[in-house]
Amino acid sequence: MRNAWILCKKELKSYFASPIAYGLMAFFAAIAGYFFYVAVAIFVTRSIESQMMGGGFPMNVNEWVVRPVLMNISVVGLFLIPMITMRLFAEEKRSGTMELLATSPIRDWEMILGKWLAAFLLYLAILGISALNMLLLFLYGQPDARPILVGYLGLILQAGGLLALGTFLSTMTKNQIVAGAATFGVCLLLWVFDWVSAYETATWAKVLSYLSVVTHFEPFSKGILDTKDVIFYISVIVLGLFLTARSIEALRWRA
Amino acid sequence: MIKAEGLTKYYPRTVAVDHISFEVEKGEIVGFLGPNGAGKTTTMRMLTCFMPPSEGTAKVAGYDVQEQPLEVKKRVGYLPENPPLYPEMEVLEYLEFVGRLKGVPNSKLKQRIDEVVERCALGDVLKKLNGKLSRGYQQRVGLAQALIHNPDVLILDEPTVGLDPKQINETRRLIKSLAGEHTIILSTHILPEVEQTCQKVIIINKGKLIATDTVERLTQRLRGSELLAVEVDGATSALQVQERLEKVPGVSRVTLKSTTDHRYRFEVETTKGASVRPEVARAVVEAGWNLYELHTAAMSLEEIFLQLTATDQPSATGGDR
Ligand SMILES: Nc1ncnc2c1ncn2[C@@H]1O[C@H](COP(=O)(O)OP(=O)(O)O)[C@@H](O)[C@H]1O
Ligand SMILES: [Mg+2]
Repeated sequence: MRNAWILCKKELKSYFASPIAYGLMAFFAAIAGYFFYVAVAIFVTRSIESQMMGGGFPMNVNEWVVRPVLMNISVVGLFLIPMITMRLFAEEKRSGTMELLATSPIRDWEMILGKWLAAFLLYLAILGISALNMLLLFLYGQPDARPILVGYLGLILQAGGLLALGTFLSTMTKNQIVAGAATFGVCLLLWVFDWVSAYETATWAKVLSYLSVVTHFEPFSKGILDTKDVIFYISVIVLGLFLTARSIEALRWRA
Repeated sequence: MIKAEGLTKYYPRTVAVDHISFEVEKGEIVGFLGPNGAGKTTTMRMLTCFMPPSEGTAKVAGYDVQEQPLEVKKRVGYLPENPPLYPEMEVLEYLEFVGRLKGVPNSKLKQRIDEVVERCALGDVLKKLNGKLSRGYQQRVGLAQALIHNPDVLILDEPTVGLDPKQINETRRLIKSLAGEHTIILSTHILPEVEQTCQKVIIINKGKLIATDTVERLTQRLRGSELLAVEVDGATSALQVQERLEKVPGVSRVTLKSTTDHRYRFEVETTKGASVRPEVARAVVEAGWNLYELHTAAMSLEEIFLQLTATDQPSATGGDR
């Protein structure tokens, strides 16, 4: 475990030694702020409209602001994740430092866990910025806290799974751009798989839809914590890390 | 300290290392000599548990590389062909990272770093980025990295490649100063490097072990002999021919190999190389015998080595993954 932490720290340092981490954080802060602003603006307009038509004023903040913002953030996450994971192993392979790691007295899973954890912590930091917007809601509105927390748990779990898949894809090449593009492709697929369920009810469509991250994230965004969605995301994390381990092992044999 | 038996590595199209066996005693410096593509890097990667052998076994510091890789890794310091540096790290930060990675306890880390920094003369660059160092310094950081956990065995892959003559000298001196405390294998495709730094040499080519010897004996053999095959007919006895050939200056030993119908076949060992051949021919002809054959019978080590270095290209480095 100490070894995993050693690697995790090294990865975090290298994220923050280059502009990547800061760039992603700034980008995410801007875009999350924008979503938040738009959602709040719509909410306010609608509320005024509704009040003029004689409806009750305090419409549900959770439904009108929190939910769309969380959905949008989850989609933006799909774009961020490849940028976080692409270098994890590809860069070590390219620069020859994989030889250092592979000949050090650490186990493969310690190395993999450390790297994934670093990516995960960076994502948490980025996500934390969007959480600041949510705090504003508590200052000016009376949102329900539980759905927001559940929503963030969903974002975290989803990112964990996709980061694990990205980590795996990063072991497949020494070109980080290729790794990033492949991860982006996978994220995109897992996003659009859900679309078929809109017009198709056959089994294959159900399977595709089940595999989609959107299907499993939606309940979280509504504040519904369902074990089967939690299990789905945890399975994706485990699968991603397992594939990474197999890939590292195969690298040794082919090296 | 190191024992390889039938070590073999197959690649889809090549046999990179072909049933190599050798032993290295504690405290020795052994040179692994061979041209590019000989299989040096591949062998070292198997010894360092970077990858498993296809066949055969290797034991390092008493542990099998396949059975107990973690134990082996704890006791081996490895400098790959390209120093495995993170360009965005400072030298000190890098040594701390590698030290922890290699399992140096936190309480000893500072002391170990001070030691390797002094050994490798890195005091001036501790706060510099790895990526901004000159090639010579990068190589020294690479060595420091290999030494950080004070390993029993040091495995250095072409440690002087790409350095200028001054740096080469410094590096060789540094490596020599490490002998005794550490058992060292270094690979090279330069013969003088072995002569200057190593006690023992293992020559490989195309994945096969060609010779293993002490450097002293190797250099003796390199300066000396060539083995000639001589076939003579028309003499009354083999002994007669033998005595005559032994009188030729430069011939150190003559042995009868075979006799067929008064045709005698000898193996002639010389001390001065090719210049002896005309003398041998003249001696045979002047004695009134017929010379059927005269050629070098076996490759001398020198020739082997000339052939080895003839295929040497400056930049092409194998072991690309
Ligand atoms: N990953 C690889 N895949 C296929 N062939 C390889 C690989 N690595 C090395 N080889 C081949 O194995 C042989 C030995 O290479 P190497 O051990 O790097 O030699 P050296 O270090 O002595 O120059 C070469 O013919 C090389 O082309
Ligand atoms: Mg090599």
